[in-house]
Amino acid sequence: MKTQTQTRIVVVGNGMVGYKFCEKLLAKAQNKADFRITVFGEEPRAAYDRVHLSAFFAGKSADDLLLADADWYVAEGIELYLGDPVVNINRETKTVYSHHGIAVPYDYLILATGSAAFVPPIPGVEKDGVFVYRTIEDLELIQSYARTARKGAVLGGGLLGLEAAKALLDLGLDEAHVVEFAPRLMPRQIDDAGSAILQQQLSSLGLSIHLSKSTRQISGDATMDGIDFTDGSRLDVDMLIISAGIRPRDELAKRAGLDTHPRGGILVNDQLRTTDAAIFAIGECALVHNMIYGLVAPGYDMADVVASQLTGELKQFRPFDMSTKLKLIGVDVASFGDPFVAEPTCRTIIYDNKAKGIYKRVNLSPDGKELLGGILVGDAEQYNMLLQTCKNKTVLPPDPEDLILGSRGGEEAAGAGVLSLPDDALICSCEAVTKGMICQQVKEHGCTTVDGMKKANKACTGCGGCTPMVKDLIQGVMKEQGLYVRNTICEHFDFSRQELFDLVKINKLRTYGDVLNQFGHGDGCEVCKPLVASVLASLWNENILEQDRAPVQDSNDRYLANIQKGGTYSVVPRIPGGEITPEKLIVIGQVAQKYGLYTKITGGQRIDLFGAHVGDLPAIWEELIRAGFESGHAYGKALRTVKSCVGSTWCRFGVQDSVTFAIEVEERYKGLRAPHKLKSAVSGCIRECAEAQSKDFGIIATDKGWNLYVCGNGGSKPQHARLLATDVDKETCLRLIDRFLMFYIKTADPLTRTATWLNKLEGGMTYLKAVIVDDVLGIAADLEAGMQELVNNYRCEWKDVVETPELRKRFTHFVNQPDVKDPSIAFTPLRSQKRAQEWTI
Amino acid sequence: MLTLSITWHMACHTNDIPADGGACALINGRQIAIFHFARRGEWYATDNQCPHRQQMALSRGMTGSHQGEPKVACPFHKKTFSLRTGQCLTDDEYQIRTYPVRVENDQVFVGIAE
Ligand code: SRM
Ligand SMILES: Cc1cc2nc3c(=O)[nH]c(=O)nc-3n(C[C@H](O)[C@H](O)[C@H](O)COP(=O)(O)OP(=O)(O)OC[C@H]3O[C@@H](n4cnc5c(N)ncnc54)[C@H](O)[C@@H]3O)c2cc1C
Ligand code: SF4
Ligand code: FES
Repeated sequence: MKTQTQTRIVVVGNGMVGYKFCEKLLAKAQNKADFRITVFGEEPRAAYDRVHLSAFFAGKSADDLLLADADWYVAEGIELYLGDPVVNINRETKTVYSHHGIAVPYDYLILATGSAAFVPPIPGVEKDGVFVYRTIEDLELIQSYARTARKGAVLGGGLLGLEAAKALLDLGLDEAHVVEFAPRLMPRQIDDAGSAILQQQLSSLGLSIHLSKSTRQISGDATMDGIDFTDGSRLDVDMLIISAGIRPRDELAKRAGLDTHPRGGILVNDQLRTTDAAIFAIGECALVHNMIYGLVAPGYDMADVVASQLTGELKQFRPFDMSTKLKLIGVDVASFGDPFVAEPTCRTIIYDNKAKGIYKRVNLSPDGKELLGGILVGDAEQYNMLLQTCKNKTVLPPDPEDLILGSRGGEEAAGAGVLSLPDDALICSCEAVTKGMICQQVKEHGCTTVDGMKKANKACTGCGGCTPMVKDLIQGVMKEQGLYVRNTICEHFDFSRQELFDLVKINKLRTYGDVLNQFGHGDGCEVCKPLVASVLASLWNENILEQDRAPVQDSNDRYLANIQKGGTYSVVPRIPGGEITPEKLIVIGQVAQKYGLYTKITGGQRIDLFGAHVGDLPAIWEELIRAGFESGHAYGKALRTVKSCVGSTWCRFGVQDSVTFAIEVEERYKGLRAPHKLKSAVSGCIRECAEAQSKDFGIIATDKGWNLYVCGNGGSKPQHARLLATDVDKETCLRLIDRFLMFYIKTADPLTRTATWLNKLEGGMTYLKAVIVDDVLGIAADLEAGMQELVNNYRCEWKDVVETPELRKRFTHFVNQPDVKDPSIAFTPLRSQKRAQEWTI
Repeated sequence: MLTLSITWHMACHTNDIPADGGACALINGRQIAIFHFARRGEWYATDNQCPHRQQMALSRGMTGSHQGEPKVACPFHKKTFSLRTGQCLTDDEYQIRTYPVRVENDQVFVGIAE
């Protein structure tokens, strides 16, 4: 297929930058057939998103992380050899040779070999249990080793090290340590004061930090068992991740006789050419301006510079901004511009709030007109804005401290906000997308979503750091054009859930009809009806089937039972804390026998009875209620179970009476309706047999009281709960839960579990703590009062139905023949019980 | 040309169907879902069986409208159907039968073509 006019390009390395080079070259080429591209990759899979590698532990698969699938390479005519590194370059004949013996000639050779984790020559690094953190294979090894490990450490307290340490915690290790040689964390990005605050925040996440530690050896036989430091101290850990920096992969270049730096890196000029004019080096293997750029954005820019030159455009690589924001860890940290310049070369403004764990520093030019750089720890909301102000040399407001404190009182300082940036301000530095390009997409092509923008110009597809800013820009332009749309419920309500919640509350509305007439239009639908029903229930806690509320409930709520295959229902009586008397167990058995129900112990420490005809439900519940049972709300977006472990009353390890507390918690919040279901658990000691840390709110006994955790989740995306308060007594614990639940109910989007809600909450856990524990919004008393009202209004809704003929009448299959059961229901036998028949399709 | 004769069957009292909701009636051995769209003063009747997984459940579904078109959502997997035409609005593949409804003296009649 090769013709004389084709330029032959060989790319060595199919990492992030090598991939980006191919994409850019083909996009710039007048005619794709002008180039014949061959790519060699050493890793077994095609280029993937290394920046979001840690997402692998959060459930992303290797495929999810791919930058492009195999079809893309085929469609673009790229010849891709994976798992086959290039081992030799013959510069005379301009040919590369792969490990498997493939020889490919080139006109231009692009080295994009990236870097490897730097492993310092510490005795013992070869032992089992020592890992690096660079590829998907590394993470697979770590994941499988962590299953049997209890304690882990990371060597290196930089950006990557902290990310790896958080990953250890998320993998479920009991202890995660960070060991840093320097006297502070992230020594290249933040100063001592910032590091102190960061350290305090990380400790509260459960990380142990050890600074100024130099490692003497990794101990253990074939398998490591600890780290010995030169100061004589020691840390017992089962596994260690080394994150001590990167080493450019320049071995191939060196073998080919190209110039490299003594400390690593392939030497290139402004055009990214090596000492051989036909060979370029880009990404983390290239040493340009006397430095290695260990970030993806400058690498992408290098790809662009070389692709431009090969398509006839003159471009040079200019010194690149190294501002960074730490992602993932749960504490905001960012630095931009020159974070370290000090007086007298500049004026420095510092805001240091130890109580709230926030540190901010900005460095201004001596005349106070220009922003030179700065550091943000604990709250990096202004990062994008500050970065842009710094990069674009925007003139500062008269009181520059407003930059970090927000303008206090009066009008918003002129010049603030993304829309005031110049059109050529670079918003997405990974993909070189400017403010002008984004605004144009919104104005001229009606692109109003981040997803749309990703398709239109690839903004937000790299490190993702610009996403909030892109969102603000989209909304800003739409607002300017009078197009601003909010996160509204559905075609019948132009409000968000939170807005409607407040409107219903202020106007004291109690029926769906009133809400629709006053604030909506049309006839409603299956989206807004259950949403309004849930808001009404969360506000007033009145019987959900009374007035006009029955037909607007989700169908499970409408029949106070979960509909199951075949059209029968399940019955789940509440068994608070999982504690039940023999007498009550007998009643459940008798009822199940009488109505022919399948019984099963659930994962929530109670008993589910399946296969009930809709017409039998009231009679079944009548018998259960007579025996002292209440609704278990298994059908509602409501409190489900509060699991308990046996605790100090029987267990030899228990330090508090977890069963009693679990029952008290369940009795307090039973019947509470929320945007999604709520689960809780109480454990009697640190062994955590009740799995409280996987719950929306979980409580673990300590010697001194109780620890309260919030926002955990099981389900398909498990997430550990986060510590909200330590060693509190029962009253304080319940008060904090009251506040937490009411705040969630008030602000969460529909069908959002607490974990997802927290993940979306601006300011994250720090903010949540400030609101719930420190009451920074001054709403704690209101929240508590709101909860107390709901608790006071609680009535068992099944009891109401059993006792109210009009409500009871609705529980029939045929309105015209109330005693006839649905003849289409069929069961088949199963292990001495029965089951619903399979779907007939 | 084929003419169909419609027989009207007394199904239930108007009170038997909740306002802006539905219920199922057994008519000639057939399960028919009847809906009272009270907001607009309209009545509809359809098959009770959902064609997706053959569940006898449409009468327990939630009613509403999509750009004015009256619809019902199946409680099982939330497929929605036009109450006027029976066309599934979320999946072209499915269709349910609809029946004419007449209300006289607080009694609901469903018309079935013989
Ligand atoms: C019965 C039970 C399974 C069992 O046999 O053990 C069960 C059964 C159902 N679960 Fe569950 N879940 C049961 C424990 C759990 C647990 C474990 C736990 O609670 O300790 C979890 C994971 C923990 C968690 O929620 O964080 C769980 C995560 C889910 C999810 C996913 C929630 C998520 O946030 O991802 C759903 C789907 C949903 O709610 O949208 C779900 C939904 C359902 C539904 C309601 C699906 C449905 O609509 O039919 C099932 C209803 C059964 C019925 O008719 O009663 N079930 N479900 C368990 C009842 C516990 C109880 O006593 O109330
Ligand atoms: C966990 C983690 C988090 C990160 N977070 C961020 C972040 O938040 N922001 C940010 O900007 N950057 C981040 N980075 C850095 C970013 O991933 C790198 O800057 C980027 O991947 C560099 O791209 P590259 O193509 O130069 O190198 P790589 O992505 O390493 O690709 C080089 C490829 O070349 C292959 N190779 C090497 N030698 C040969 C050979 N002889 N033949 C064939 N193939 C060869 C290698 O196996 C590798 O696949 C992070 C990195 C890691 C590991
Ligand atoms: S895991 Fe799935 S199948 Fe099992 S009970 Fe829960 S929802 Fe039903
Ligand atoms: S059975 Fe009706 S939508 Fe699946």
